[in-house]
Amino acid sequence: MVSYILRRVLSTLPVMGIVALFVFSLLYIAPGDPAAVIAGDQASPADVERIRQSLGLDRPFLVQFGTWLWHILHGDLGTSIFTNLPVASMIAQRIEPTFSLMAITLVLTILVAVPLGVVAAWKAGSWVDRTIMAFAVFAFSLPVFVVGYVLAYVFALHFDWLPVQGYTPLAAGLWPWLQNLILPALALGSVYIALIARITRASMLEVLQQDYVRTARAKGLGQRNILFVHALKNAAVPIVTVIGIGIALLIGGAVVTESVFAIPGLGRLTIDAILRRDYPVIQGIVLLFSFLYVLVNLMVDVTYTLVDPRIRY
Amino acid sequence: MALLEVENLQTHFRTPEGINRAVDGVSFHVNEGETLAIVGESGCGKSVTSMSLMRLIAEPPGKIAGSIRFQGKDLLQLSEREMRAIRGNDISMIFQEPMTSLNPVLTVGRQIGETLRMHQGLDKQAAEARAIEMLTLVGIPEPVRRVREYPHQLSGGMRQRVMIAMALACNPKLLIADEPTTALDVTIQAQILQLMLDLKRRVGAAIVLITHDLGVVAEIAERVMVMYAGRKVEEAPVAELFRSPRHPYTQGLLGAVPKLGSSLTGAARRLAEIPGQVPSLKGRIEGCVFAGRCTLATDLCRQVAPGLEEKGPRHIAACHYARKEAAAA
Repeated sequence: MVSYILRRVLSTLPVMGIVALFVFSLLYIAPGDPAAVIAGDQASPADVERIRQSLGLDRPFLVQFGTWLWHILHGDLGTSIFTNLPVASMIAQRIEPTFSLMAITLVLTILVAVPLGVVAAWKAGSWVDRTIMAFAVFAFSLPVFVVGYVLAYVFALHFDWLPVQGYTPLAAGLWPWLQNLILPALALGSVYIALIARITRASMLEVLQQDYVRTARAKGLGQRNILFVHALKNAAVPIVTVIGIGIALLIGGAVVTESVFAIPGLGRLTIDAILRRDYPVIQGIVLLFSFLYVLVNLMVDVTYTLVDPRIRY
Repeated sequence: MALLEVENLQTHFRTPEGINRAVDGVSFHVNEGETLAIVGESGCGKSVTSMSLMRLIAEPPGKIAGSIRFQGKDLLQLSEREMRAIRGNDISMIFQEPMTSLNPVLTVGRQIGETLRMHQGLDKQAAEARAIEMLTLVGIPEPVRRVREYPHQLSGGMRQRVMIAMALACNPKLLIADEPTTALDVTIQAQILQLMLDLKRRVGAAIVLITHDLGVVAEIAERVMVMYAGRKVEEAPVAELFRSPRHPYTQGLLGAVPKLGSSLTGAARRLAEIPGQVPSLKGRIEGCVFAGRCTLATDLCRQVAPGLEEKGPRHIAACHYARKEAAAA
């Protein structure tokens, strides 16, 4: 098991390398000249050239890439063109709200979507199933910002149960922290919940046809045990896979959600950086999210071996 | 009083094309410690009968009617909760497919142990200890290691042994074995049958053995019930049935078994077969269910369904001409 995890970690290195190359190339692929942008509207061509040299933008591509990679490996993500602050510390300031939002959304999604999918499969064809699936289609077709504004209107403005927007750090206490995250997590999670509920249902439907489910019933086991232990563990591989893939949805959705709920996280930082063509910041954030995605999928691979003993690498 | 008394069992399924009468008015009984074989070809209702005894038929689309009295209690009147307390405890079941009937993601020990924890209230350690004991009993080597293993680490024969260990863990009064050896190699079949007989003696359980393999029937059954198209057509003690089968269907079944020493090469040496197919069970069948395939069938057979009649000592069959046929044979 340990050697498997080690091998998987090693195999992510080339992936991360390719991601790094791609992220670095953004600078060249994207339209617009960063030196010109920084120099501003009134700059002379000489000013632009001076800035270009000071940033090293005139050196050969591979040299620039090598230097950049070397710094990153030493924890230096560069300096923001705009604020002149180190990118690493800019990200560090914004990371807590975003990761809190994603973690709460993930937990909420699994707690809601998996039981819904299991019940829908168990009661397949009944009104319970149809209601759950209708809800899933509905949630799936609404964009995050619509759900977000509706939730904020109903639960924050109308009922006044939860704050409309903002973020309270975890250091200020669990409940204040959670209070600010419930609505954003619901908004961000609605598509994700719908997706996972559907996958859970489909996977469970297949498993419930299997002979070993009949055996479990013939042993006199209770319905809950049959569904959530005997069947769900067998249905888990596709569900875990989609949970992993869905992290990408969360990353994209977090940017929008943070705007809707005015959460000072990485999403806002990303948007600001893109608007200002602050390339070092954009690169740093994309690199971080890619790393997160690779890490989550590594965890998914390891989870397979935990739920299904037949999977060994 | 018999251990199990089944009276006019009817298991019907609602389908888009009409009602499928998979089991249509079957009655039989099983005494304590007895082995009853239910034989018949595919689609005759054997498996549905066994699933009905455990109330494992999904309702709807299925519907079970009649009465199934087990130790005097009518199982069809019990709540689902009361029924669960009987399944796996007083009545347990072994299925045909050992490869797919065990849960692939749970250890063998857990699967044997959970019935014990559920029905007998054993704790985790006690259940595992008993699981090891059961694995030893069914002849699995290195039970202490095997108990922590998963089904895919075992061979087909081993898995069927695990199924038997699981079924017998709570010392049931009745064991229903649905084609327990069909999916196994011939050499393993004999071992598994022997094991079932040994354990049955030890535990004192009665067995209902569902099979289409007459060799298996001859080896372990005491009484045989022959089913055809959802009905019982003949029932007799095993020796009596093999010596003088009365129903033309039973005669056909026995005739279709190859005999050791007879050659099957050459045109004249063709194995006897029953022409035709089992009739569709959708819609009622007028007259005798076997009339369509029976060489002796007359207009009487096609119009009036024969009742089960006494044709010999403890021997009943449903055929208008059975006595005549037996006398002629």
